[in-house]
Amino acid sequence: MAYLTAKDLTLGYENRVVVQNLNFSVNPGDYLCIVGENGSGKTTLVKTLLKLQEPMGGSVELGDGLARNEIGYLPQQTIVQRDFPASVREIVLSGCQGRAGFRPFYSREEKKLAEENMARMGITNLANRCYRELSGGQQQRVLLARALCATRKVLLLDEPVAGLDPKVTMEMYDLIRALNKEGITILMISHDIAAAVHYATHILHIGSKIFFGTTEEYLASDIGRLFAGHSEKCLEKGGEAHA
Amino acid sequence: MLETLKFYMNFPFVRYALIVGVLIALCSSLLGVTLVLKRFSFIGDGLSHVAFGAMAIASVVNLTNKMYLVLPVTIVCAILLLKTGQNAKIKGDAAIAMISVGALAFGYLLMNLFPTSSNISGDVCSTLFGSTSILTLTIRDVWLCVVLSIAVLVIYVLFYNKIFAVTFDEDFARSAGTRADRYNLLIAVVIAVIIVLAMNLVGSLLISALVIFPALSAMRLFHSFLKVTICSAVLSVICSLLGILISILWGTPVGSTIVAVDVVAFAICWVIGALAGKRG
Repeated sequence: MAYLTAKDLTLGYENRVVVQNLNFSVNPGDYLCIVGENGSGKTTLVKTLLKLQEPMGGSVELGDGLARNEIGYLPQQTIVQRDFPASVREIVLSGCQGRAGFRPFYSREEKKLAEENMARMGITNLANRCYRELSGGQQQRVLLARALCATRKVLLLDEPVAGLDPKVTMEMYDLIRALNKEGITILMISHDIAAAVHYATHILHIGSKIFFGTTEEYLASDIGRLFAGHSEKCLEKGGEAHA
Repeated sequence: MLETLKFYMNFPFVRYALIVGVLIALCSSLLGVTLVLKRFSFIGDGLSHVAFGAMAIASVVNLTNKMYLVLPVTIVCAILLLKTGQNAKIKGDAAIAMISVGALAFGYLLMNLFPTSSNISGDVCSTLFGSTSILTLTIRDVWLCVVLSIAVLVIYVLFYNKIFAVTFDEDFARSAGTRADRYNLLIAVVIAVIIVLAMNLVGSLLISALVIFPALSAMRLFHSFLKVTICSAVLSVICSLLGILISILWGTPVGSTIVAVDVVAFAICWVIGALAGKRG
């Protein structure tokens, strides 16, 4: 059974419809990339999946024992965070807030979980550093460690490589792939179609035309050829640059 | 100097002023960190003007205890301001500015139209700058202040982790199942209570200083939320204690002396922070 199933989903805000008749499902172990132009409703879809806002029509159903607060979310950075005085440990630990529920303080297990996830992301040595002094890539690792404290099943990443340089971008993608190999289901919003078709098992393309299917099907489809064909060349060029 | 101080300490109103001053400084600095980080530095200003307007209405209708009107009105405004913060038609800073000057204007207008004493400008001045009210506290005021401060402290400690989570990343907090709107509501109510309390101490024009200066000073020095919060509380208490003592010894106005000490403390912290930053 699928973790997430979207049925005839209509998305929008302030009575303006952005996307209509969205149907897709995410199974355990999938790596789904959600691609589409600016303003096509990607962020609205994320907020709907997390139930931060209600869909205008249709529904999102959870299955296979997945609870709503078991989706680990990696949001885009906000202005508030840029000069926020908080240590890495404090931020990662705040990922346990869903587990803690109404309990006011974090338990020993939750603190241990935070340490484990910092180790997993290779940021244990940064634990006492201030978040605002870190590089963009390090900050993303911190937020990823926090998201991992919230979930063992599904990660939802909203443009995790935005603003990162090419080398750090590759490291980030490798990290995400490694997590997927460990069995964590990945949903990723991306602008980077080349990387999407390279890493993902499934693609959801939203915009004037909607596509949902496996990456192979996407590459064979009209819309996939149109978008990915161009990007494929970019990836080859990019790959040379990294080598 | 110590002799003079001992002499003044014999008066209960001086002791009351010190107790209330320290408690208010402590409470206001705690939430200051959250408000500064949430870009709500001016909410103290806005709400205190609302409280000023409510105070004017209360004196016009001749309420015996003005708190019954001032506190609810301020709380409602705080909720409105913090609630509409994210996706309102009128953005946060504009909404605060609007309510703030609007309330100030209506308050002053009412006080002039229905004067309750012969010295209107004196009344207005003491409400705005809190010049004497802290020295005229009764034992009942002090107890009210003690009880409310303890409530604020307990709430803050119990919800510390949630307040941190909601301040740092509201979307993530909501996705993890934290009821962010409820915590925002809680913050709004608590800040309104603190501001109404603090009006006695520094008056409604200078309240922002109590809320933001200790937080900003602490942020120059420390890099973790816990340390910043603790440092800001300690700084705030020391500054207001110093301020009250100075004003007693040299007869300066209480509110503005406290704020002046806060400004000096900020300058010192800024220099220390800059030097430490260069070395590191």
